[in-house]
Amino acid sequence: MECMPIDELRDLQYKSLKGLVSNLYGSNAFYRNRMISENVSPDDIRSLSDISKLPFMDKNDLRDNYPTDMFTSPRKDVVRYHVSSGTTGKPTLVGYTRNDIEFWTESLARALTSVGIGDGDVIQVSYGYGLFTGGLGLHYGAEKVGATVLPASTGSTERQLELMIDLDVTSIACTPSYLVHMGDVAKKMGIDLRKDTKLRKAVLGAEPWSDSMRGYIEKELGVQAYDIYGTSEISGPMFTECTEKNGIHVWGDTAIMEIIDPETCESLGPGEEGELVMTVLKKEAMPMIRYRIRDLTTVMDEKCKCGRTSPRIKRITGRSDDMLIIRGINVFPSQVEHTLMQIPELCGQYMIYVDRVGALDYMNVQVEMRPEAFSDKVDDMLKLKKRISSELKKYLNIAVEAELMSPGSLPRFDGKAKRVIDRRVL
Amino acid sequence: MSAEHMIKQLSVFINNEPGRLAHVAAVLKECNVNIKAFNIAESSGFGVFRAIVDDPGKAFAELSKKGLVVKETDVIAVPMINRPGGLLDVAKAIGDANINIEYGYAYANGDKASFFIRVDDAAAAVSKLKAAGVKVLTESEI
Repeated sequence: MECMPIDELRDLQYKSLKGLVSNLYGSNAFYRNRMISENVSPDDIRSLSDISKLPFMDKNDLRDNYPTDMFTSPRKDVVRYHVSSGTTGKPTLVGYTRNDIEFWTESLARALTSVGIGDGDVIQVSYGYGLFTGGLGLHYGAEKVGATVLPASTGSTERQLELMIDLDVTSIACTPSYLVHMGDVAKKMGIDLRKDTKLRKAVLGAEPWSDSMRGYIEKELGVQAYDIYGTSEISGPMFTECTEKNGIHVWGDTAIMEIIDPETCESLGPGEEGELVMTVLKKEAMPMIRYRIRDLTTVMDEKCKCGRTSPRIKRITGRSDDMLIIRGINVFPSQVEHTLMQIPELCGQYMIYVDRVGALDYMNVQVEMRPEAFSDKVDDMLKLKKRISSELKKYLNIAVEAELMSPGSLPRFDGKAKRVIDRRVL
Repeated sequence: MSAEHMIKQLSVFINNEPGRLAHVAAVLKECNVNIKAFNIAESSGFGVFRAIVDDPGKAFAELSKKGLVVKETDVIAVPMINRPGGLLDVAKAIGDANINIEYGYAYANGDKASFFIRVDDAAAAVSKLKAAGVKVLTESEI
């Protein structure tokens, strides 16, 4: 399947798309109404390129139809939910049928095989287990290829390192920043990852990173590092680079990719950078057609040196919206704003700063307080500061340092406000 | 009557950036207000400048006009003698009167000194100190 001649693959994609659209048109009110309002019917899909006639979907659709209005399978057929944070504190829910879990697992199994992880490997899954898709997704994929899974989840780094040594862990799946952090902790514990562990491969993602960080990880920690891609809307982490490390293979029978200009929504050709739009061909409970993921990348559709014909995407270079990914968690500035607006002592002016210190991301929010909120007692001010941090933590699920500012001291914007300063060097 | 013993203290919120204190001082200079005593409390990410000035009304208006966050608070002032043990006499008297100090600061001039004290209830503190025979200064005495 992965090495299928490209013409055959496109034919397969066309047939799958046609079938999916006809099926949804007949059975799903949400999608039928969307197509009718765009004046398009399944009959208009006569070739693969006709996909561009179909309407887009985006995160707002999931939010507006929260929790389950978009589901196309009855609840009894849904075997799992995952939840990620939404733009205004309202979460995004995704659901899976038994087949959906199987499609997801299969996609990751192929991916892990393509980086050489399989039978005989011991893989430490240090993504969060729970509502986040990372932990369970990798867990199922790794079991499928016959690896032994250590479901370490996140946290207690010293313990993770001890287990890594004791259990002869050969590979790890986590965020790149967590692996670097592990390397730092190992050094402090007197552990040399090269000599004292069998760790040789790392599948890294869920946050933006760069080839220079790959270089650092491979040189300092002695592991081969591979990029992984996915979002909860398309199931979760689904695709990785192969051992060539030249783009992430997106299985052609699983998904159709398009690249569009985020402003005009016009399709762009191979090799041109734009916003990634994905149609997932194998998905039952929550089909995604022309889903605007908002990640910026480039599609490479020539055959890979590894022999696989599945098209690849280059490393994600950024987002077409303002979403930040901090320690693997999606954060929208609008969530920060929403939270701050609920605090009566503040006047709604704020600035967000994101920094990377060592391997970890830090978010610092400067807020202007109302004059009435000022107290000559430092203790009162510290209590306010602490309350702001804990409110933000409650809504964003990340630790945020709040800095009190006097009214009028933060920049004002005439046009589009630029309230986010991302100073991370990836 | 304790109102005459209430000393007006101004507090100004200061962002944690170089030059902010100079900005406050410049405003006070421009409106010709003299600072009799001040202190700066610093905390993570901000500071609070507190001052006793000769014309708190004018200073408050001018600082506010410049967009600074100012707050007026009543504090009390207790005289001290500028010699070893001067603070002990006063601190003991305050302690004996069962008054809890939020914060305080002092200045000395010649053989005299004044201790400015921020307490929860300034009026009650004045009454307690007077009942204990401790002198409390009025605005015109500082």
